[in-house]
Amino acid sequence: MSNFLTSSIGRKFLMSITGLFLVMFIAVHLLVNLLLIFDDSGELFNNGAHFMATNPLVKIMEPLLGLGFMIHIIWSFFLEYQNWSARPVKFNQRKPAGSSSWASRNMLVLGSLVLVFLIIHIINFFWVMRFNPHTMGTVNIGGVEMEDAYTLVSDLFKGSLLYCIFYIIGGILLGFHLSHGFWSAFQTLGLSNKNWLKRLQFLSTVYAVIISVGFTVIPLYFLIKF
Amino acid sequence: MADKILKKLNIKVWRQNRASEKGKFETYTIENISQGSSFLEMMDILNNELIEKGVDPIAFDHDCREGICGTCSLFINGRPHGPDTEVTTCQLHMRKFNEGETITVEPWRARAFPVIKDLIVDRSAFEKILQAGGFISVNTGGVPDGNAISIAYEDAEESMDAAACIGCGACVAACKNSSAMLFVSAKVSHLAKLPQGRVEAKKRARNMVAKMDELGFGGCTNTGACEAECPKSISILNIARMNREYLVARFSE
Ligand code: HEM
Ligand code: SF4
Ligand code: FES
Repeated sequence: MSNFLTSSIGRKFLMSITGLFLVMFIAVHLLVNLLLIFDDSGELFNNGAHFMATNPLVKIMEPLLGLGFMIHIIWSFFLEYQNWSARPVKFNQRKPAGSSSWASRNMLVLGSLVLVFLIIHIINFFWVMRFNPHTMGTVNIGGVEMEDAYTLVSDLFKGSLLYCIFYIIGGILLGFHLSHGFWSAFQTLGLSNKNWLKRLQFLSTVYAVIISVGFTVIPLYFLIKF
Repeated sequence: MADKILKKLNIKVWRQNRASEKGKFETYTIENISQGSSFLEMMDILNNELIEKGVDPIAFDHDCREGICGTCSLFINGRPHGPDTEVTTCQLHMRKFNEGETITVEPWRARAFPVIKDLIVDRSAFEKILQAGGFISVNTGGVPDGNAISIAYEDAEESMDAAACIGCGACVAACKNSSAMLFVSAKVSHLAKLPQGRVEAKKRARNMVAKMDELGFGGCTNTGACEAECPKSISILNIARMNREYLVARFSE
């Protein structure tokens, strides 16, 4: 097993495992976030956020998630650098458009832009909720005192067109990243065959559209309604 | 119907004397090329003219000129084997080009395929990968009965499809990562699909991938460009199979 993680397929193995882990996380994350737009009083979302913040399983997953992100990001740069250096003299003319999708050729660019989004996103919400909860207001829902995450989130979107646009772009970028990433991860793990390749590629598009639309709908909702 | 004549073409081609020397593009003009001629015939005509002018002819690889040997290897107008699908450079016709066009011709570019001269690259890296595991070790003895080992129709078909790979290297050239995964996976698959090849399947996948990495090819990011540009339409499903074989081999060590 010694050199597994530095072999070409081993490197990809790590990318796909962490990628699929993030795929599952993003789906849960979206489900909770969608509570934002189904109840303007904020009760629904605050309950959801409170549940996520106090659930022991989520507590265990949190550091794992951080680790998953770190490995995925660090490995992606390492891997793309090695791939890039496999061609020291570049072609003078290249027409790759007919033979591969744009997203598949720009995974690092898309991923890096998602990273920029992620950092600002963490500063916006996660950091405040996790490390400065005293700066947030509290609400009492059904006798339980909890942080008012709804106000934190909705105020950001209600107060700033720029942030709305920023979050919409973030959702779209992530969608493109996933439109290739989702099926690519299965292919890397060898979990595709004659029947499943086409199905996985189709599912990949469906998943990417759901994630993209789901995340862009939230800022759009606040933008249009308030 | 007589073929149309292309009155004038500009051929922008990579010239490089030897591996250690820096190369550069040179543009030559060529006249009256029939659209019915093949790309390599056009190159032959150009070379004749160069020789008559006392210029060193352009070196390029070719042998069978019927799409089976895999030696011809030109990157034409931004695509391996030029602007046609499912053909090798020797099967490419001049009817794919237009009057007055400038045609850019480059060698395969990859660290593992260094240029020897002009458009010829050293593809012995592929041979080294084959030597690392692209074979079956058998005890020579009496000829076995042809029907003794039965093989399912599907398996035989998939094996033969993978065996269609001619080792041309277009997959490496097409890939943004210069990955040799399509080639290696075709070689791993055509043996892994047959009972004779199963015996050494794990060792084969491990050794061929290790050799591929050692020779400086990039890794696969599943863009699918290789399959689209492969003259034999080798499927990326072979890559999934090789990944599976390799992961199973490594995890069962
Ligand atoms: C935050 C910054 C991120 C960066 C810099 C990044 C970078 C990359 C890169 C360069 C690849 C291509 C690797 C390859 O195709 O071999 C990739 C693949 C992938 N990414 Fe990301 N990514 C990021 C975030 C995410 C997120 C948030 C998700 C999921 C929600 C995700 C899911 C995936 C998946 C599933 C793959 C496919 C793995 C494979 O091909 O086997 N990525 N990422
Ligand atoms: S897989 Fe296709 S492109 Fe690659 S070497 Fe074989 S025949 Fe050529
Ligand atoms: S010369 Fe043999 S395949 Fe083209």
